[in-house]
Amino acid sequence: MSRRLLTGNAAAAWGARLARIDYAPAFPITPQTEILEALGGWIEAGELDAKLVLLESEHSMIAAAGAAAATGVRVFTATSSQGLLYGMEMVFTVSGWRAPFVLVNVSRGLATPITLEPDHTDVLAARDSGFLQIHCATSQEVLDSVLLAYRFGEDPRVRLPVIVNLDGFHLSFTREPVEIPTPEAVDAFLPPFDAGAVRFRASHPVSQAVAVLGSGPYSYFRYETHLAAQGALCVYDEAAAAFARACGREWPAVEAYRCDDAELAFFLIGSLATRARDAVDRLREAGVRAGLVRPRLLRPYPAAAIARALEGVLAVAVVDQNLSMGKGGVLHAELASALWGAPGAPRALVSFIGGLGGRSVTLEEFREMAEIALRAGREGRTPPPRLLYTAEELREVRKLQAIAHGERAALATEGRS
Amino acid sequence: MSETRFQRMNDLPSTHLLGGGTAMCAGCGGLQALQLVYDVLGAKTLFVNAAGCMTLLSIYPFTPFRGSWLYTAMACAPAGAQGARDALDLLVAKGRMPKQEDLSVVVLAGDGASYGMGLSSTSAAIDRGLDFLYVCYDNEGYGNTGQQASPATPPGARTATDGSASGVARPKKDLFGLWVANRPTYVATASGAEPLDLARKVEKAASLRGPRLLLVHAPCPTGWGFEPAEMAEIGRLAVASGVWPLKEWERDTGRVIHTKVRRPRLPVEEYLSRQGRFRHLFEPARNEPVLADIQSGVDAYWDAAG
Repeated sequence: MSRRLLTGNAAAAWGARLARIDYAPAFPITPQTEILEALGGWIEAGELDAKLVLLESEHSMIAAAGAAAATGVRVFTATSSQGLLYGMEMVFTVSGWRAPFVLVNVSRGLATPITLEPDHTDVLAARDSGFLQIHCATSQEVLDSVLLAYRFGEDPRVRLPVIVNLDGFHLSFTREPVEIPTPEAVDAFLPPFDAGAVRFRASHPVSQAVAVLGSGPYSYFRYETHLAAQGALCVYDEAAAAFARACGREWPAVEAYRCDDAELAFFLIGSLATRARDAVDRLREAGVRAGLVRPRLLRPYPAAAIARALEGVLAVAVVDQNLSMGKGGVLHAELASALWGAPGAPRALVSFIGGLGGRSVTLEEFREMAEIALRAGREGRTPPPRLLYTAEELREVRKLQAIAHGERAALATEGRS
Repeated sequence: MSETRFQRMNDLPSTHLLGGGTAMCAGCGGLQALQLVYDVLGAKTLFVNAAGCMTLLSIYPFTPFRGSWLYTAMACAPAGAQGARDALDLLVAKGRMPKQEDLSVVVLAGDGASYGMGLSSTSAAIDRGLDFLYVCYDNEGYGNTGQQASPATPPGARTATDGSASGVARPKKDLFGLWVANRPTYVATASGAEPLDLARKVEKAASLRGPRLLLVHAPCPTGWGFEPAEMAEIGRLAVASGVWPLKEWERDTGRVIHTKVRRPRLPVEEYLSRQGRFRHLFEPARNEPVLADIQSGVDAYWDAAG
């Protein structure tokens, strides 16, 4: 085991390398490109026995990834944002092939307007696809999660592709100390991919992804995939336990930080958890019994583990770094459905939209969210969802608007003269 | 083609690999061609399919293929072929699969995917030098959805989306030329109605490596408006009138060779007048300008071909 400073992207590449991937179909997109460049470099140097192929789009990249996995090799690929959406038809399609592989998504906000900065609306668009999802908060977690993703996605009880998600910029380009497990430890944890009967061979013809007529077989196969995804919850727990034995790190499906006696819990995913943990510590110093619940698994949705972690908590502040237009935060809605009717469920789930397009969430805002949520819990009245947005931010936008209007007015004057 | 094993009609396979009873329409010219293509290629084939009529060949739990099949989506069958080809090569190279388990990877797509939505993934597969055969069954329209105009629809044809008096007003896209411009290994047109020519081209394509296209004329009774029993005759007339030139191009020679040249050519009217999609050019009155345009387009092609 060696310890190095790695960006989130480099950690993802290390995960693929240690998993001894065979094949990496690729297409560049910021902020993901560093991952495929690292893999390409290792392949050229002879340090990784794999083939990297640059496709012409993410749609083709995911088709090639699925086809290669369906032929029986271990596949890794990565994308981000618009790329994930460009490939979305194939994201939904290949999951039904039951040919597992790992796709790292480096989260980035979606157009329009176009941006490079992170939020989670991209990866949540793949929520219903059949891909399983692990969301990471640190570079270490990224590396370890790639290995976990292969182990539980390839399990014969699951056989589904897995997205490992990390935040663009905040994690993709941030160097953190990472322990790189030894190849021996990884090999003991992650056996070679066994494609079973799902593979193309001359002596063993297979018809993959054939059409069905009527709703009977359609419903059957769709629901079967859903059941496999749900069953992946306990397979994940087994894999996480095996990983802890092999590499000494615990990655539960749901991280519960200082929740045992918590009155107030933050609920969020991804690298914002690093700030949230700090906020929890500060709130505790100030006498507020705060905690943090962070699902690492979002598909399958670990509803029971989440409900357990929040049992006895009075109020939850849900921070959604995503926006479902016309509805609001996706995590908030899913959490409500998981907690409805659960014994000891919190009295208030307060929705905050924060961190869109790379916006950070400050300690002050965590304090305020805690206060609002606790008041809602005590009074039994939940306030409407709130966008984290300061007067200063609005002033900055007003300045930009003033410039835009000024430029237009100047052009109009020019045109008349 | 002196080395071909297909010298005369008797040399064509007498038993067929492709099973019957599929959901294709009676008289499907694409299916007729696929029969022979498959017989010559053999069962050690993985068909990677793009959305189109032939997606309905394999409907759970049935398939007419002895070999393997992978349905992808409309735009990306060549990318699916890339993933499968690469995986098979990796498995052999890494000693995880014996060579005799290897498969030929064949894209099977209609003109809707091949001339339009799938062009980006096709062009890129050629750029990468992917070792695959692309079989396009060209029924000159989005046949599976009721014959809307595709870029392959010929001028003058009436479609579900071109109801005007003169039909489609633009020329048919030159997919053969697009492929040749990308410099793959082999590009050929063919027709199920000319089985010897088709069998020789499949044989040649199978003997080569790299990107290869077989662009097959696929008379479509439901889309074009003729009786299923006339399918082979319509195919023959397309060749005899010069509307569907039979040709091939190899990168090694860099020349387009016409493999079957009919002299004199039949007037295009003999081909057009047998199909409902062109009936508006003859009834209630002959549309002389459009008929003359179509004839002169065909004549100009052959004049340029020498």
